[in-house]
Amino acid sequence: MNEHSPSHIKETVMPLGACEPSEEQKDGAEIADTTCARAPIGLLAELTHRCPLQCPYCSNPVELERANTELTTEEWQSVMRQAAELGILQIHLSGGEPTARRDVVDIIKAASECGLYTNLITAAVLLKREQLEKLKEAGLDHVQISIQDTDARPENADRIGGYKGGSAKKKVVAGWVRELGLPLTINAPIHRHNVDNVAGIINYAVELGADRVEIAHVQYYAWALMNRASLMPTREQFNESAKIVEKAREDLKGIIVIDSVVPDYYAKYPKPCMGGWGRGIINITPSGRVLPCHASESITGLDFDNIRDKPLAEIWLNGDAFQKYRGTDWMKEPCRTCPRHEIDFGGCRCQAFALTGDAANTDPACSLSPLHEQWAKVADVESHNASPEFVYRRPGGASRKPGMQKSPATSEA
Amino acid sequence: MAEAAPRVRAIIEATTRPIMPPHIKLRHDASRGRWIILAPERLFDPDDVAVDVLKLCDGQRTVADIAEHLAKEYNAPANEITADIVEMLQDLADKGVVKT
Ligand code: SF4
Ligand code: SF4
Repeated sequence: MNEHSPSHIKETVMPLGACEPSEEQKDGAEIADTTCARAPIGLLAELTHRCPLQCPYCSNPVELERANTELTTEEWQSVMRQAAELGILQIHLSGGEPTARRDVVDIIKAASECGLYTNLITAAVLLKREQLEKLKEAGLDHVQISIQDTDARPENADRIGGYKGGSAKKKVVAGWVRELGLPLTINAPIHRHNVDNVAGIINYAVELGADRVEIAHVQYYAWALMNRASLMPTREQFNESAKIVEKAREDLKGIIVIDSVVPDYYAKYPKPCMGGWGRGIINITPSGRVLPCHASESITGLDFDNIRDKPLAEIWLNGDAFQKYRGTDWMKEPCRTCPRHEIDFGGCRCQAFALTGDAANTDPACSLSPLHEQWAKVADVESHNASPEFVYRRPGGASRKPGMQKSPATSEA
Repeated sequence: MAEAAPRVRAIIEATTRPIMPPHIKLRHDASRGRWIILAPERLFDPDDVAVDVLKLCDGQRTVADIAEHLAKEYNAPANEITADIVEMLQDLADKGVVKT
């Protein structure tokens, strides 16, 4: 037995968005080459952009897609079957709020019937217990609930999400998830309005019975970029939170898995966004646009295919947007000759585009980018100024006041 | 049924009866011709030994039973195998992939 690797098992964190590379990956080992090279492993299905919450860091594009453009139930079911055929293993049903679509049960059923692992990424406030039961019956494998802060600070949580009573409702739904025996992840986007409570959030996740908690520092694209001056923590606050995470990982070993996403403004090297462009993850928007990453529409000049027009396999293999930054051939210096270029793939294309005007440039998150210093300084300055009011996320955009109207945001999709 | 949140770290010993919780899926991935473990936001890539062990983790057999079974199969000393399995399962227990 000893000729086998001591652990017998290689672990791959599915970089939905942008996780920290694992120790192995930092050492320069290949990132799950066996899984990623040819077939994608994960699909992020944004079922709708409707959401009752209005988080100012929402990763949806600033131009939210309208309900009347959304794919039908049958179209999503076909996406699931095509995904399974293509070799995809995990489906993340997200939004907006995926449960704003009543047919989420039928979509999950189709996915689990073809053997896909299904993960519901939800803000939880619309969920009813019987709906959750139906989802479980349909084969749902895992629930991820996002929170804004702990139940000890509900006013803060509800202010951040722009939804009154949200914090309390999330707690109730998390209880149902556990009662039904479904595994639970708590996802907590971290920024300057809750960075002081990272320890509290981890403990709250344990209290809620979560198996896993994500301490996910906000990534500054889309709405979050617009709200950067309100959200960016200081470097000291970030360092402090990183220490807390490290200690909690030791203390809570075997009790809860803690994943963390760092704000790359304070990192030395960028994260391998999506584990590399067109390498393992596909994102489909509510209207069926097939993207290499949820922010990629911000890069002007890329051509995106729609799942209504072409089979998923063809889009994945040959689609312009996927081919454009796949692999390493498109890279410029300093990435082209950098020994890390198959570890981080030059960082985030969307961030490179937003800040340098050319998506093929090195992500300014990298300390080797000529723009890095100037860019890191922005974070330093903004994080020490007073926080401006949030621009809340809602269709039609830039509103300085949260709309507290109780829109249930549900409809027959 | 309400499943209480685990508050203590599960420790793997020769007498524990490990099992994979229902939301962790050991699956044969036909398109890539290998076994994989599906977990929330994670994939695990088990080698042949790990697959053999995990298939025997049914909540009935103890680690010692599993080791004995595999000792015969691999024609190797059971105590060595036990140590190896304990180490592997402890790592997996810490990652929530097996429970006791
Ligand atoms: S981040 Fe907030 S606003 Fe955006 S989809 Fe999630 S819950 Fe809704
Ligand atoms: S230069 Fe490019 S490849 Fe090298 S570390 Fe920076 S972003 Fe990564």
